[in-house]
Order: sequence, then C-alpha cells, then structure tokens
Amino acid sequence: MTSIKFRLNGKDVAVDLDPSMRLIDVLRDHFSLKGVKEGCGEGSCGACVVLMDGYSVNSCLLPLANVEGHEIVTIEGFKETKQFDVLQKAFAEVGGSQCGFCSPGMIIAAQSLLSHNPHPTEEEIKAHMSGNLCRCTGYQAIVQAVEIASKKGAGLW
Amino acid sequence: MEFYKSSTPKIDFPEKIRGEAKFTDDFVLPGMLYAQTVRSTIAKGKIKEIKLPELPEGYYWISAKDIPGENVVNIIFSDWPIFADKEVNYVGEPIGLFVGENKEVLHKLCQQISVIYEEEKPVFDLVNSYIHKEFTKGDFSKAEKNAVKTIKETYETGYQEQAYIEPQGILCYIDEDDKFYLTGSMQCPFYIRKAVARALGIAPEKVRVKQPAVGGAFGGKEHYPSLTGSQLAVAVNKIHRPVKMCFERFEDMAYTTKRHPSVSTYEAFIGKNNEILGLRIRVKLNGGAYKGCSGVVLSRALIASCNAYVFENLDVAGDVYCTNTVPTAAFRGFGAPQTIFAMEMFIHHVAKELGVDPLQLRMKYLAKQGDITTNSGEFHDPIVLPQLLDKAMEMSDYKRKVVEYAKPGSNKGIGMSLFLHGCGFTGSGESTIINGKVKLIKDENDHVHVYASSADFGQGNRTTLARIVSNTLGLPAEQCTMEAADTDHTPDSGPTAASRTIIIVGFLMEKAAKQLKKIWKSGVRQEHIESYVGPSYIHWDEDTMQGDAYPSYSWGVNIVEVSFDPVSYQIKVDHCWSTYDVGRVVDERIAVGQADGGLLQGLGYGYLEHMGIKDGKFRNRSLSDYIIPTFEDAPPMETAFIDNPFIYGANGAKGMGELTLVGGAPAIALAIEQAIGHKVNKIPATPEYIMEVINHDKH
Ligand code: FES
Ligand code: FES
Repeated sequence: MTSIKFRLNGKDVAVDLDPSMRLIDVLRDHFSLKGVKEGCGEGSCGACVVLMDGYSVNSCLLPLANVEGHEIVTIEGFKETKQFDVLQKAFAEVGGSQCGFCSPGMIIAAQSLLSHNPHPTEEEIKAHMSGNLCRCTGYQAIVQAVEIASKKGAGLW
Repeated sequence: MEFYKSSTPKIDFPEKIRGEAKFTDDFVLPGMLYAQTVRSTIAKGKIKEIKLPELPEGYYWISAKDIPGENVVNIIFSDWPIFADKEVNYVGEPIGLFVGENKEVLHKLCQQISVIYEEEKPVFDLVNSYIHKEFTKGDFSKAEKNAVKTIKETYETGYQEQAYIEPQGILCYIDEDDKFYLTGSMQCPFYIRKAVARALGIAPEKVRVKQPAVGGAFGGKEHYPSLTGSQLAVAVNKIHRPVKMCFERFEDMAYTTKRHPSVSTYEAFIGKNNEILGLRIRVKLNGGAYKGCSGVVLSRALIASCNAYVFENLDVAGDVYCTNTVPTAAFRGFGAPQTIFAMEMFIHHVAKELGVDPLQLRMKYLAKQGDITTNSGEFHDPIVLPQLLDKAMEMSDYKRKVVEYAKPGSNKGIGMSLFLHGCGFTGSGESTIINGKVKLIKDENDHVHVYASSADFGQGNRTTLARIVSNTLGLPAEQCTMEAADTDHTPDSGPTAASRTIIIVGFLMEKAAKQLKKIWKSGVRQEHIESYVGPSYIHWDEDTMQGDAYPSYSWGVNIVEVSFDPVSYQIKVDHCWSTYDVGRVVDERIAVGQADGGLLQGLGYGYLEHMGIKDGKFRNRSLSDYIIPTFEDAPPMETAFIDNPFIYGANGAKGMGELTLVGGAPAIALAIEQAIGHKVNKIPATPEYIMEVINHDKH
C-alpha cells in the first residue's frame, strides 16, 4: 500500500490506509479527532464537515485518496484560531448550540463562508449553511451568531 | 426580577462548541467489541428456525436464550421482547445481535444468517384496538337532544421522526465495582437501570447508568435505550467485554420509535343560537406492534382533545390500534399535537360553517380560571390567554393581514393557533408514581453541587436547574454546578420527559435550596435531599379519567404567515410570531432556544415531514428523503413571554419543552388553508396533498 500524504491541522501526515476509506473514519478512528461527528453518513446533515483547502466538505463522502496533497482542518485544529474564538463567543451569546452535536460542523461551515464572504447577508448565510442540519435550535440563533461574528470579527476574514 | 434578565452561560457550551464533548460513539475502550442487530424481514410470523453462519473466533451470537432474567423491556406497559423469540411482529424487530471486533465482519454475518419464518397475515389497518379509554363531561345526551344540527369532520396526522442529529447509541461494560455500567444517548438513566436489572434478573443497584453528551432526543431516547441497553447488557453478561452499538441513520430511521399517526373525528352539536352544545370526539392512534407507553400517549391525546377551549358537554373516546409496524412511542408533545391540530382546525371550520368569525368563536369558548376542564377538573391558576392573543396579534399585524390575504389570488395566508400543554405527569402521578428526589451537596469551599437525574440533551437543564439553586441561595451562578446524571450519584428525580424538569424538578431544587439556606454553615460540607410533595388540591382518577389531569398548564399562541406557489404547490414560511405563558422564565436565552426549536419541529410536522410506509416498511431511509426543516426553510421567529408566576413552579416557572411544538402544525395548516383557499384536514400538508385537495375540490 502506498502511503497517502496530506496536511492535517497544520501538520504533514502520511497514512498507510485503504485509499477508499471514508475520510471521516480516518479522522475519527485513526487520528482520534472525535470532534468530527457522523449524523447520516451520506452527505445530508453536515455534522462531519471539515475544511479542505479552506472550503467545507462532507468528510463522510470523501475517500481518503482524494485528500492526497490537500490541507484538512478539523474543529480540533480550528479551535486554536482567533476566528474560532470570535465565532464561539457569538454562538454563546445567542444560544447557537443546544445539544451541540451539529456545532463543530456549524462552526466549520461558518468559517468556510466567512473566509470567502466576510460580510454575508442573511440569505447568503442560509444558502451557504443549508447543508448543515440542526434539529434543536430552529437555526435562527445560528444565523444571528454568524452575523454577529461577521461584525465583531471584521478584518479577521 | 432583574436577575432573570441576564442569561447564564450554558455549562456544557465550551466543550460542545470545541468538539470536545464526548458523545456515545466517541468512547473507545480497550477490548471493546461492536454489536449489530439481526432483524425480522417480515411483518408477522413464527420463527421456525435460525440458521447461524459459522462464527469466526471472537464473534458471538446473542439472542433470547441468553437472557438470564425476563425477556421484556421494562417500559410503562412491558410487552416488548428484548429479542423476538418464537414470533416476530414487525419488519425490523430485533431477533439477536452479532458481537465482535470488526464492523465489516458483523455486517457480513448479518447478511449470512438465515431465519426461516412461517409467515402470517400482517395487519396494517386500524382495526385491532388494544387500548381503549373514554370519558364524558356534563350531560351529553341533553346536548344531543337539543342540537338543531351537527357538524362532523375527520383529521389525519402522519408519522413524525424525531430526527435528532446524533443517532441512537449505547455502550455497556462491567466496571471495577462489578456493576453493569451503561452510557449512551439517553433521556432517562433510571429507566435504563430498571430495564437492565429486569433483563438480567439482578438488583438495580448492580447497574450503573451514566449520561454522556446526548445529541438531541425529543422523546425518541425516552424508552428506546431501555431496549438497546437491555440487549447490550445481555451480551456483556455473556461475553464479559465492553460492547458498543451505534446505529447508522438508516437503521435509526427505519426501526426506532416515532410519533403515533392518528385519525380523529370531531362532531359538534349545534344549538339554535349557533352555540356549541357539545362535542363528540373519537381518536385513533396507530401504536404499532407493542403497547409500550401508548396508553399514556392516548391519555394525553384525549385530555388535550379540546385544547384551550371549554365545552359544557363532551363524549370523548379513543383507541390505540395494534398493527404490524414499528412501535410508536414518545415524541415531544406525547399525543397532544395530534388532537390539538384536530381541535384547532375543527373550531375554525365550525365557525366558517356557522358563518361566524373564527376568532370570535374561539374567544367564546376560551378557558378561564375556575372553568371546568375537559376531564371535569378545574383550571386552578390564572389564565392569561387573552393577553397572549392580543400581544401575538399586535406583533404580527394579524387582524389586517387575515382580511387582506383572504382576497382571492393573494396566494398568502396567515394562521393562528392557541394552545395549552399540561406540565408534568398526568394527574397526581408526580406524587404517587414518580416521587422525584433531588440532592444538594455544599462542599468545604461553599461550592454547591446540584444532583438530579434530569438529563441534558440540549434543553439546557444542567444550566437552568443550577441557576434556580443559585438564584434561591442568592449566590453567583458559577458557585452552583450540576453534573451529568449518573444513577450511582444522582437521586431518581424521575424521567426527563413530559415538560416536568423545570416545573417539578426545578420546584424541588428551589425547596432544597431554601432548606440549605436555612442550615448554611460556611466552610463545612452539607447535604440536603428533597422529595416531591405535590399540591394537595390535585385529584385524579386514572380509571375514569376524571379530575385534575395536570398540576398546571402552560399556554401559547403561534401565528404563521406563508406564501403559496400555485405552480409548484410549494409553501414558504415567511414569518412566525409566538407568545407564551410559561410562568416565569428562568433563563431567557434558553427559553427562546426552546421556543425556536420547538416551533420549527411543529411546523415541520405540519407541512414538511412526511414518512411513507408500505407493507410495514418505511419508504424513507435517510435525512435526504425524510425532509426536516433546513436553514432555508427556517423563517424569522419572534417570541414574547408574558410573566405569570406559578406558585408551585421553580422560581415561578412552569414547563415549556413540549408547549412550543404543539401549536406549530395547526398554525401553519390554517395559514396554508387561507393561502390555497381550500380546507386542510391532514398533515403534513405537502405539495402532493395540496395538489390533491385543490384538484379534488375542483371536481
Ligand atoms: S455525516 Fe456527513 S453529512 Fe451527515
Ligand atoms: S444543537 Fe442539536 S442538532 Fe444543533
């Protein structure tokens, strides 16, 4: 088996695993990155979202082979950043997390949005994040959180 | 009270937002094995033979034969087997588990096993009643005699799937104290403890259940983990190694409990002055293959069947029907969403039929303090429903819009529901059956540790209950913390269900805190346990269903505005406004979170969430074909609370978890009705249904 190399949370890694393995299993089982959640395993809930080269992707749909040479950031890597801090404060302020199962995915999806569109409208937030399901909050608080983060973190993105 | 204006940071927020909170599937133990369930592939029949494939070394087959205790899941009515033994009664019924190290091998074993059945004819229609309840109020025969006409309609509601984003999962092992230790995605740790003890035939003290982080529940994790927990405990008892079982979404969707589908018929007996002399109400619920908690769901459905209205004469009856389908059970609202939908549509339709303004007709029968309830008890507490209505109408500009949208071709609609929800267990159950307890321990540093078995699966219980204690003691919020439920350390405060956590457990917390305050000695460890004693004026007879059904009620109004696309038949929710009386709000941010989330689930129930079933098999297999609301479906929601402190509530608070769901479906259905100009008698009102209604009415 040839090893697959990629960057993970700021470090170069190489793994000798079946290239058809789902990225989510590699992250959770091999790297013990348990902040990546599995809610559906088929691309419809967004709980497993990670950043690949700055864009959010569903790690449950992505075969390991596809990340060769790319940069992957999970919540474990992202939580050390200033952007995370602004986002988490905004989520706390408005109650953007209840059971919290969707939260790491929401944060990653918000980062992917804000890094490409630092001042999104409400419609843009909803459209961009519509791949992330939340059954607890009714979404309104999450939309508000992203709006607050976009304001308070102006210049960061 | 100024104090409540500011919200407390949620205690579990940091670990959750950082992805550090441990959910069931995040636990990995040395030597841990996995389990996968072998399920019935037919809806009804006898099991003639089970042909096991050859088991690789280290793999096990666990079935009914391995159960040392009783082969039943301890639920309110214990008729579910842990593993089907001689017969199967629904597609997906568990027959056994394969247990071993590698999930792929387990998957193969599940495909290789062959179960030989003698098939029998399954029943899918509502024909075999296995639970019946009925009661009357006033003198119904007189209403019948004096009526000049009757109006009768039938309403249908579908399945609803809880669709918590974390699927069910549970983990079991034998701990260092030689106890069966279980942790898993759950609502009621003590339910699981009892169930496991019964399955293994051991004392409950030999079982320890601890709640990890739980990714949503909504009733779906109230009873089901008692089944899976019992199964795993049986496996661990045989294998003596840790075993974990986490469902994939498909398995969760196909085989775990859902909301009861219903058919309700309402008949109004109208007097000569257009007054409603009485109602005859018949409710049918589909209970699936086993009763479980369906009797209690039916009770709540019937008790809520007149919603927030008071009629003098009633004849109410209902049945739960046995069908060869997945058992239905708890889901936020517990029977009430079905009948509240029916009652709200009915009173509206009756008004139209009588040619009177629906709002006026509703106002005429609105419950007031001192009125006799549906079950001939009394509304003991002040009711602020008229204020809630005024406020909601003002926020939404309802009166203008309801006239404007009535114009043909507007393709817009506005709908309003008003509703109540009984808080806590039915009748005097809180004192006689549950008898909840809470415990406070103050340590040497004067930090107060709050113990209750109320699980936090997103509602913020741990934060709110600790907050009630700190408020009562007059301490800063950080000085009181509540740990996750653990049956070895927390007293049994009863299940986390029935909107009882704040009104009942919270009330106990307040009493305990008051007691601690009295005996407070700085710098020493002190402990206080408090047990529930309910209001003495609550009397309830379960057999006749007469008396005070609940210690108290919370109230609400939802107004929903929609647009209708006559080409695609799609409905878009434009805006929602809600007002609630939940007593006194403890933590506003948490309360608004409950309001938003509950309403969106109620709306989903009303127009989006459709679960199809054919020959006992659900058609929906995933979150991409069972549609729950997404960001793009979520409307702006405005919420206001009216302060109406309840003397037996925690710092004045009543329940609210379920209240926020029950009004969503009728409000949106009424809005859709106006937008499409046709009656809606069935939910979810999907585009297919709307098309059917419009085409049907045309012909
Ligand atoms: S687990 Fe990947 S999208 Fe749901
Ligand atoms: S907070 Fe529970 S799913 Fe989003």
